[in-house]
Amino acid sequence: MIELEHVSRRFGEQLAVDDVSLSVARGTITVIVGTSGSGKSTTLRMINRLIEPSSGTIRIDGKDTAAVPGEELRRGIGYVIQGNGLFPHWTVARNIATVPTLLGWEAGRTEKRVDELLSLFSMRSEDFAKKFPHQLSGGEQQRVGVARALAAEPGLLLMDEPFGALDPIIRAKAQEDLLAVQRRLGITVVLVTHDMEEAIHLGHKIAVMDGGKLLQYAPPAEILANPAHGFVERLVNGVDRPFRLLSLSTVATIVEPGTADGPPLAETATLRDALSELLWLKRDALPVAGPDGSLIGRVSLAALRAHAGGPA
Amino acid sequence: MSRIIGPIARLAALGLLLALVLKPEWFVPVLKPFTENNAPVIYNQGSLLSLTLYHLGLVAIASLIGTALALVMGVFVTRKAGAEFLPLSRSLVNIGQTFPPVAVLALAVPVVGFGVKPTLIALVLYGLLPIFENTITGLKEVPENVVEAARGMGLDPTQQLFRVELPLALPVILAGIRLSVVINMGTATIGSTVAAKGLGEVIIAGLLTSNTSFILQGGIIVALLAVLIYDGLAILERRVAKRTGRLAEVAG
Amino acid sequence: MTEATETTTPATALTTRLDRVGIVVAVIAVLGMDWQPFATLKPNRLISGQGLSLAASLPTLWAAIGVGVLSIATIVAVLRTGALLRLATGIASLLLLAVLIGIVPATVVPPGNAYARVSPAAGFWLMAFAFAVLTTDAVAKLRLGPLARLAMLAGAVVTVAILLGSGHWDGLSILKEYATNAQKFWREGAKHVELALGSLAAALVIGLPLGVACHRNATLRGITLPILNIIQTVPSMAMYGLMIVPLGLLAAWSPLAASLGIRGIGTAPALIALFLYSLLPVVANTVVGLGEVRRSVVEAAEGMGMTRHQRLFQVELPLALPVILTGIRIVLVQNIGLVTIAALIGGGGFGTFVFQGIGQAATDLVLLGAVPTIALAFTAAVLLDAAIELSERRRL
Repeated sequence: MIELEHVSRRFGEQLAVDDVSLSVARGTITVIVGTSGSGKSTTLRMINRLIEPSSGTIRIDGKDTAAVPGEELRRGIGYVIQGNGLFPHWTVARNIATVPTLLGWEAGRTEKRVDELLSLFSMRSEDFAKKFPHQLSGGEQQRVGVARALAAEPGLLLMDEPFGALDPIIRAKAQEDLLAVQRRLGITVVLVTHDMEEAIHLGHKIAVMDGGKLLQYAPPAEILANPAHGFVERLVNGVDRPFRLLSLSTVATIVEPGTADGPPLAETATLRDALSELLWLKRDALPVAGPDGSLIGRVSLAALRAHAGGPA
Repeated sequence: MSRIIGPIARLAALGLLLALVLKPEWFVPVLKPFTENNAPVIYNQGSLLSLTLYHLGLVAIASLIGTALALVMGVFVTRKAGAEFLPLSRSLVNIGQTFPPVAVLALAVPVVGFGVKPTLIALVLYGLLPIFENTITGLKEVPENVVEAARGMGLDPTQQLFRVELPLALPVILAGIRLSVVINMGTATIGSTVAAKGLGEVIIAGLLTSNTSFILQGGIIVALLAVLIYDGLAILERRVAKRTGRLAEVAG
Repeated sequence: MTEATETTTPATALTTRLDRVGIVVAVIAVLGMDWQPFATLKPNRLISGQGLSLAASLPTLWAAIGVGVLSIATIVAVLRTGALLRLATGIASLLLLAVLIGIVPATVVPPGNAYARVSPAAGFWLMAFAFAVLTTDAVAKLRLGPLARLAMLAGAVVTVAILLGSGHWDGLSILKEYATNAQKFWREGAKHVELALGSLAAALVIGLPLGVACHRNATLRGITLPILNIIQTVPSMAMYGLMIVPLGLLAAWSPLAASLGIRGIGTAPALIALFLYSLLPVVANTVVGLGEVRRSVVEAAEGMGMTRHQRLFQVELPLALPVILTGIRIVLVQNIGLVTIAALIGGGGFGTFVFQGIGQAATDLVLLGAVPTIALAFTAAVLLDAAIELSERRRL
């Protein structure tokens, strides 16, 4: 649990973060989204005290972060930045071992942890451990960057535009990896991005910031359905809004009794996928199959339409 | 702050230099304590002004010849016709610059004898190295797409060179010339040890007769000249760089 | 517009089979072989001598070998041949020239004449230059790695050591000059190295921390770098001269300073002047090197909880190393040359021979000072270039 209470940060005359309060639940992904200069990165960096708040309190698991020395605090929090920031003069293994080494872990434990993390990101230790960062592809570098941040088993992972430098295909893969790793380890993630699409895809909750202020802090569906007046509205009011909304829920949520002709949809498919299938097959409804493959009902175009619309 | 200090310091340095060269007698009270046994306080074996002019003339001639040679060679090895010479000339420049200027000077003596000739040869040969190097660097650094655009608009190779490439490379070339002139100022001073006329004479006369006052006069005049010339060329360079929007990366 | 069909006229065939660099090499080599004397024979140390052609300065067999091998080498240079062959040819030719010149004294000096001096003449130097160019061109085209270049340097050093140690060159005038100055040579040589390395060490001790401080503090940087730039601009002779004054005064006022050996002339002003010259490259390159470390890397180090100290020593300085080494290379090569001038103020070093030689119009003595200086500077440059490249390998 992370709690920010009336946190502000000034740079000279400029108020970069203006009285932000929010709390992040343990084991969730929170995405802070905003344009450049919105104060999103500053907010993130105040959590691990790379930037000290000018006023306000930040608590992690009830403990005021200001009471811990900055370096000690940061060694306990994973941190990933855009362009990964791998140390070019160190091997992959030594990069991952950075924080364990700083914490004085014994060599055997560190080595074991490095192997564990490499396999977590499906990189074979014997292939990658001895390589230098410049010998890796962009996607591999990014994975090593995340692995490095997770090395000392932190309960909290901070990510500052972690996928910003990746091309779209690698980016999508990296996002899936993150979701999988987060689910598996149950860690808390706070991620900063300027990409609303990414925020909706990754976040359990989204914090929208502009001009240093926190404008809205809500689950993605809520942000899409009821955006706060003004900036948030403009941010989400694109042509894609219904599709974004549909992509947040699975077919299971709107399955209705009855049958239909055609190839069955999996109940785990997103509503967006369901709509796509319906349109493509020129049908009004398709059957839905449960986990065991048996038909459990159907999904209709009308139900989708009801789900995708804004408030009347 | 530096905006005020810069011009004031420059003016002060220039004033001191002019006074030292034109009115050395003004400094008698200051320099007197540095002499012993009633030795002359002010350099008396020649006019400081003529030595200064001679020194500057030598450096100017050597730098002009060096610049001309270096430019022609630099342009040649960056054209298609001279491309084969590029790796070699880079290596030679690199090796040449490890030769100490004094050694070049000393080695020229046995070949051409004492006097101004070995000094001029050493100045030209050694001085052209940084200009040559920077000409190559400058021309190689001109963005590919700019040259491509020039070609696409129908400029012939000569027009490309004179209207596009050389102007863009100019700040880097100027940085090389500045470096070369400063090196030449120093080498010309040492040239006095092989009997070339110049300001080194004053320092050497001081060393030979243990007359610290001579050493001070010669040393300060040479130092001020070098610093002012360096500074002036740096200002010129910044003007040019501003116009082309490129700053020379070669620090000097 | 139609492309002309490719026809190989005799002229184009010739130009495609000839190497342009090789043509220059050949012109210089032929000039040296046929138009300029190979060696000079002087009745004694100071009188100017008479030039001897290659044929006149060697026994017939050696002259034939020399002309034959060097002609073949010239042909190899002119034709478009592989870089490795050219490299081997260049090295072999230089080696042959080194051996040949050592044979000259025994051939042309009547036995028992201790005054006569034999030295290489323009022809020898032109050929040596030509084949050095051939070698350099081949090395540049082969893009030899740092280790290969170090091996070549080691080979050259060993070869010269063997030629010197075996006494093969003992008849040459520069070595006769060495024989009369042997003790002094090593003393001045040690002094030369001591001054060059001592001033570098002092500059590192002061310059590295100063560079780090300048990197972190823009105000300090704005003051320090221009001052160091001005110092660097002052010509060396003026600098040495100006050093005399304050140190002389210090020695006159403070018996302690005088007892420590601080005087207006001698080692102290030389060392201080060299130290001042060394500061700019060390400080400026430290600043540039640290500035080039990518922001994200520094931030990652900070974000993972490294202290300032850990960040500097584990991340920033290792990454800035190649640029800092470049600064050290500049300093070392520059200082080895500048030490020569320190001889004017009694600082010692190889410059002592150079200026003595100039004073006596004794070319051989000038060479005894200049050649080892150049060799030292060249060796330092090759060593540090290799070190720079090796340190760059792991950078992005």
